[in-house]
Amino acid sequence: MSNSLYGPLPDVAEDAGYTEPPERRGFFTDTSVCIGCKACEVACKEWNAVPDDGFALTGMSYDNTGALGASTWRHVAFVEQTRPHQVGDGVDTRWLMASDVCKHCTHAACLDVCPTGALIRTEFGTVVVQEDICNGCAYCVSACPYGVIDRREDDGRAWKCTLCYDRIGDGLEPACAKACPTDSIQYGPLDELRERASARLNTLHEEGVTEARLYGEDDSDGVGGAGAFFLLLDEPEVYGLPPDPVVTTRDLPAMWRWAGGAALALAGGVALSFLGRR
Amino acid sequence: MAECHPVGFQWVMEAKARGARIFHVDPRFTRTSAMAHRHLPIRAGSDIVLLGALINHMLSGGHDFREYVLHYTNASVILNENFRDTEDLDGLFSGFDAETSSYDPETWAYAAEHRDETLSHPRCVYQVLKRHFARYTPEMVEQVCGIAPNDFAELADAVVANSGPDRTTAWVYSVGWTQHTVGVQYIRTAAILQLLLGNIGRPGGGILVLRGHASIQGSTDIPTLFNLLPGYLPMPYAHHHEDLDSYLERAAGDTGFWGHKRAYMISLLKAWWGDAAHAENDFCFDYLPRLTGDHGTYQTVLDQIDGKVKGYLLLGENPAVGSAAGRLQRLGLASLDWLVVRDLQLIESAMFWKESPEIESGERTAEEIGTEVFFLPAASHVEKDGTFTNTQRLLQWHHKALDPPDDARSDLWFMYHLGLRIRERLAGSTDPVDRPVLDLTWDYPEEGPYRDPSAEAVLREINGYDADGETLTGFTALRDDGSTSCGCWIYSGCYADGVNQTARRKPGAEQSWVAPEWGWAWPSNRRILYNRASADPQGRPWSERKAYIWWDGEQWTGHDVPDFEKTKPPSYEPPPDATAEAALGGADPFIMQTDGKGWLFVPRGLVDGPLPAHYEPHESPVSNLLYGQQANPVRQVYPRPGNRYNPVGGDVYPYVFTTYRLTEQHTAGGMSRFLPYLSELQPEMFCEVSPELAAERGLVHGDWATIISARSAIEARVLVTDRVRPLRIQGRVIHQIGLPYHWGSAGIVRGDSANDLLPIVLDANTHIQESKVATCDVQPGRRPQGPALRALVRRYRRMAGIPED
Repeated sequence: MSNSLYGPLPDVAEDAGYTEPPERRGFFTDTSVCIGCKACEVACKEWNAVPDDGFALTGMSYDNTGALGASTWRHVAFVEQTRPHQVGDGVDTRWLMASDVCKHCTHAACLDVCPTGALIRTEFGTVVVQEDICNGCAYCVSACPYGVIDRREDDGRAWKCTLCYDRIGDGLEPACAKACPTDSIQYGPLDELRERASARLNTLHEEGVTEARLYGEDDSDGVGGAGAFFLLLDEPEVYGLPPDPVVTTRDLPAMWRWAGGAALALAGGVALSFLGRR
Repeated sequence: MAECHPVGFQWVMEAKARGARIFHVDPRFTRTSAMAHRHLPIRAGSDIVLLGALINHMLSGGHDFREYVLHYTNASVILNENFRDTEDLDGLFSGFDAETSSYDPETWAYAAEHRDETLSHPRCVYQVLKRHFARYTPEMVEQVCGIAPNDFAELADAVVANSGPDRTTAWVYSVGWTQHTVGVQYIRTAAILQLLLGNIGRPGGGILVLRGHASIQGSTDIPTLFNLLPGYLPMPYAHHHEDLDSYLERAAGDTGFWGHKRAYMISLLKAWWGDAAHAENDFCFDYLPRLTGDHGTYQTVLDQIDGKVKGYLLLGENPAVGSAAGRLQRLGLASLDWLVVRDLQLIESAMFWKESPEIESGERTAEEIGTEVFFLPAASHVEKDGTFTNTQRLLQWHHKALDPPDDARSDLWFMYHLGLRIRERLAGSTDPVDRPVLDLTWDYPEEGPYRDPSAEAVLREINGYDADGETLTGFTALRDDGSTSCGCWIYSGCYADGVNQTARRKPGAEQSWVAPEWGWAWPSNRRILYNRASADPQGRPWSERKAYIWWDGEQWTGHDVPDFEKTKPPSYEPPPDATAEAALGGADPFIMQTDGKGWLFVPRGLVDGPLPAHYEPHESPVSNLLYGQQANPVRQVYPRPGNRYNPVGGDVYPYVFTTYRLTEQHTAGGMSRFLPYLSELQPEMFCEVSPELAAERGLVHGDWATIISARSAIEARVLVTDRVRPLRIQGRVIHQIGLPYHWGSAGIVRGDSANDLLPIVLDANTHIQESKVATCDVQPGRRPQGPALRALVRRYRRMAGIPED
């Protein structure tokens, strides 16, 4: 299993030890049809009994959620853009909306660093925190390259999107996808979603929306491809997404090798010093 | 639409995916604009100029759908020679009485000589229309609406290209059109445009109103409105309607389907009073209360303040936040002897005596408010059976999912048991005034531990029964001899064959694209009204692409239930003395109209004119560029303490504001501000201003602003955004301020109410308030607290020369 920590992985659930797992499931969030209604945020909280996350006006357009966190598992970003007309006078206003979520990475650093086994890979290839096992050490928080997972101040444990593990096992779609009125959030087998996304991208390109691009669909990227990927209408940074995320455990083998080498060298040095004293 | 109707907006997105071009006309750039191909910012209150210019474009460019216009509208009708248009009278129509501020519509009636099929007679509707709209030019659109000529041309070209035999264009509006002193005429203008383009009664066409709440359509059909009975029968007036015959004579026309008004009305009286209603006592027509004037919500509030209304029931309504002139609303409630509030939460209208701007400013104290408030918790829609009627007249049944908590009960339970208790009190009374209550059919089967009346039994009563007690199949089965009963004639058939048709949920994939087996649409399960117009006069589809219903040689058939008599041939010509539908020809699709035609010109039924004309809003920064007449001459004004109006123009209240809703909150907040998951998404009252206005007034993004009108002053956090743009109107810059109106003094998230700024000034047809546009000033910083708040408002009034309260 040379690619367990980095690079493409044909079957993430099998790699995790499942025999004949179901197809890998994920989200395709097509932000070009997101109307910013936030039904995904509310449905997620209703289904998963996630507490409110504070009542403050942020002043960041219509986004009063701010970011993903322990009590926000879907977050709709609002980006207001004004540009001069390409021809003639005046300006064009664009209002980008995008519902962000845990990426359910092929190589999930949160899971890899979890010392208690609270974070697991499910048979659907998704990543889930087992709330009764998490001890609140927060290693996962700093490991996530997207800043998704976080601890709740009150109970200290780490929380994030489960891709509605308790729904998809029963053949239901996740609450956010179910509530989305425009099918901006689509749930299904990842391979199928990737095909759909690529067709949608082609359509948009043919319509002249050349700035449309996919984000997280490529399994040769820094996280081995995301289980939840996106169609964006601008650079990822515009939406607050890292442009080139890399699983933080990518260099773990190398680091162990270096550490091992260093330990050997140290041991050798100690041995030598003893030898030298003789 | 994406803002307030995100679920319905999915169909716009589907249309877009199939190639539809979406234009969005709105003062602000909203979530709808973000999805549209084109957003046209417009000055609030100027839409008739934009729509009128489109009409002018169609007429002067010969783009009208001539065969449709000629056969299906009243374009060829010759008008009375005494009729004078706004063209002749500088913004007034003939028949205006300045003393009463009202019109006598006599001269608007058709002339005796009838039609000119060449449409060339100078007094035919088509020519009058042409002259009337000639001044609505692209240049006028630029000057009045702030929309540039090239943007207008893009819209006009798109509408032309997308209308005709092969294509149809739809217009979608909400309260952005209705909440004006010219609101009805906004929609009339759209109706004229759509009729000229042949976009009515055809798939993909129409004028679609998005209602403000779930089942508002239902509460107009079976109305909560003071002047209507179920099925749009008018409420009788004292003195005018002494008996059933005199009522029916004035209720509606004798030709077209209103010709059966006697059957509709008697069946309604039979549904309400059963065996007590018979021919000898006019079917209990005398039992109906009579109107003595305007009993609309705003007049009622003023009557409360004036001590004429002592008791009030509020069912799922929060006027202390949701209605215009919030301070007057609360003063009205504080003037009552008793008030019943039935709601999900302790809303402001239940708590005004304890927490309100008037309590905070010291203007009122809880001790001196004598209103006894009864709060009765209500069941939510998932806690009761019933129907929703949505904007396309579709009734959809919802089943109770769980029992309501604690003392919460459904409105149906409340009304039923209130009725039982009142009847118990009146039992044995010999006073004739009690007969209407004692004789009511009030005998619904009860269900469950709380003795809920069966909602299905109510629906069956609405559907109606024949003489044998069988459920009626539809309104054509209604009789005027007292043998049928029906609670709402247009809903008849919703329980046909003893089956709750509204509960049908056959998936779309398992039926035709019209989906006739999903719920039930009134009337007669027709999904598109006036669909006879989808075929040409000979009964053939206008095009294959837009085929909907057609004449197959023996009967009307097609994808929908024909909105026409099934076997009336296209060639049918009515005999001279025919009544009801027999008086309409085989090519007259508008079967509710007395002449079967779509009315480009409205000879009767509107109080403010037979044609739409642009009038400035009551409060406007500019004068009317189209006519000498500044505002709608018959608008309802109430100049009195607490309801002072900002003057036209001037620099005390120099800015326009418009009020609206956000996706995350619901109307006056009763269903959202008390819920954490919605409150956190839009936690604070804000105002949206352009960077230019922010610079002009020193407003800082994220900081506070105070907005002031002659009625009140409120504070809001400032959002400076390019989504609001200043417009150039008549050579000067006009700034518009956007104000959501969801907040109040109760709930998880609290804030000032935008509606406190608004005056009471109404459309004379509907008595709907002008809440989409008024004027104000805005200043940086929070508003004064305590008595200083009213002092600020007074200081502004003095500066503007407005009379003291």
